[in-house]
Amino acid sequence: MSINGKAYIAGVYEHPTRKAVDKSLAQLHAESALGALADAGLSKNDVDGYFCAGDVPGLGALSMIDYMGLNLRHIDTTESGGSSYLMHVGHAAEAIALGKCSVALITLAGRPRAEGMATGTAPRNYGSSSPDVAFEFPFGPTVVNMYAMCAMRHMHEYGTTSEQLAWIKVAASHHAQHNEHAMLRNVVTVEEVVSSPMISDPLHRLDCCVISDGGGAIIVTSPEIAKSLKRPLVKVLGVGEAPKGQMGGKVDLTYSGARFSGATAFEEGKVKPSDMKYASIYDSFTITVLIQLEDLGFCEKGKGGAFVSDGNLIAGTGKLPFNTDGGGLCNNHPANRGGLTKVVEAVRQLRGEAHPAVQVANCDLALAHGTGGSLGTRHGASTVIMERE
Amino acid sequence: MSVKQRIFPTPESDPDTEAFWAAAKTGKLMIGSCKSCGEKHYYPRGMCPHCGSSDVGLVQSSGKGQIYSYSVLRRVDPPYAIAYVTLDDGPTMMTNIIEADLDALSIGQKVELKFSPTADEDGAPVPTFKPA
Ligand SMILES: [Zn+2]
Repeated sequence: MSINGKAYIAGVYEHPTRKAVDKSLAQLHAESALGALADAGLSKNDVDGYFCAGDVPGLGALSMIDYMGLNLRHIDTTESGGSSYLMHVGHAAEAIALGKCSVALITLAGRPRAEGMATGTAPRNYGSSSPDVAFEFPFGPTVVNMYAMCAMRHMHEYGTTSEQLAWIKVAASHHAQHNEHAMLRNVVTVEEVVSSPMISDPLHRLDCCVISDGGGAIIVTSPEIAKSLKRPLVKVLGVGEAPKGQMGGKVDLTYSGARFSGATAFEEGKVKPSDMKYASIYDSFTITVLIQLEDLGFCEKGKGGAFVSDGNLIAGTGKLPFNTDGGGLCNNHPANRGGLTKVVEAVRQLRGEAHPAVQVANCDLALAHGTGGSLGTRHGASTVIMERE
Repeated sequence: MSVKQRIFPTPESDPDTEAFWAAAKTGKLMIGSCKSCGEKHYYPRGMCPHCGSSDVGLVQSSGKGQIYSYSVLRRVDPPYAIAYVTLDDGPTMMTNIIEADLDALSIGQKVELKFSPTADEDGAPVPTFKPA
């Protein structure tokens, strides 16, 4: 059994805010939900399945369901950090295929800026009942130094350079200049990236993503409902998800769960990496993109540095246009979780609704990939492949 | 040499790990060892993450190893070097490199165990490493 063709993405929405001092967390979720429903041409009373992760306020999904007044027959609170929302697309497709719901709503929101959260350089403590905390937290693992260790090892094993990593930011900045909502709209050069302040060796400030408030939402529906709406048809072809951790001390920082989630999604979609016209790749840091591109099979392991260089990810000139909204590196990384917006921009591309300056011609096949947690310790990976019908 | 040393938070022990932290207080670094499959693991825990057996115990590490990867976080005071060290005994563990020139670290560099005291002086020390 497969979900290939069993579900469609009928609505997407990216909240325009990047700093939400004037809105509550629940309000950001609800505004995002209404935005995606309006995009699909549906109303909140059509929703019969709700999918959310740990960024919602309250116990699981319950407070948001109550806030929005939803009447549901299916709930999924799969939590896997920034990859959660891609997993939700897969789980929604599964639920729809089994008749458990027909209009699935997925929301994400957060306000780390308004709350003054030290996102990148302060150690995160998931609580002393988390079995790894006593063996890691004392050593000051942060978001940035964990990814930095991945970059350091990748450089050691494969000769990857800071200049190659910088090309990923350069490409994102070329795209962000056209996005009026993007936080960083200046086009940057390789030299500017590698001469920006060192945050955690070998990652510079411009190797890092933005920190933003905001949110977004996705509507997944049955084929019958999608075809009754007035929007372009974006079919879910294949999905994959995989965890990766430290494997009891057999640590390998050079690859991610994308190796497994990508293979699963491509197999289900009956397509291959070279078929993709566009890719949304999770970009918490430049190194995140490079490792995942290799793992998804866009190039050989270890060749990511050469693959991303010389503008190969820039729409219009490169072979694999990526993150044409500017991605997390330049546009938006709401709630420190970039997975949902990856699906949003892929859907824009498939509909032909991306900014004209970055719209990929004849974009009929696209991939969105997310990572949640940390490539440096343990993470979830999820891949969604979509087709314009 | 870094003159300032970061203050290590004191790890909380639980029933799963109290033997590990008790040994740490006596200067011994213990790693998990499976009596069923013979594999070592880190961090130590109540089941073998390799084969699933619960017939696991602790064995003492030699405390010698090499840097698998590291990064110096520059934007804090004082800067510090987080690392994964691969023990000669097998497993790779997260740690800090101390008593070192933070600009002269390298992957593959040989290091040796030196426990560092933590914020609570009655609490357990944490296993850190210095250049061998
Ligand atoms: Zn075993």
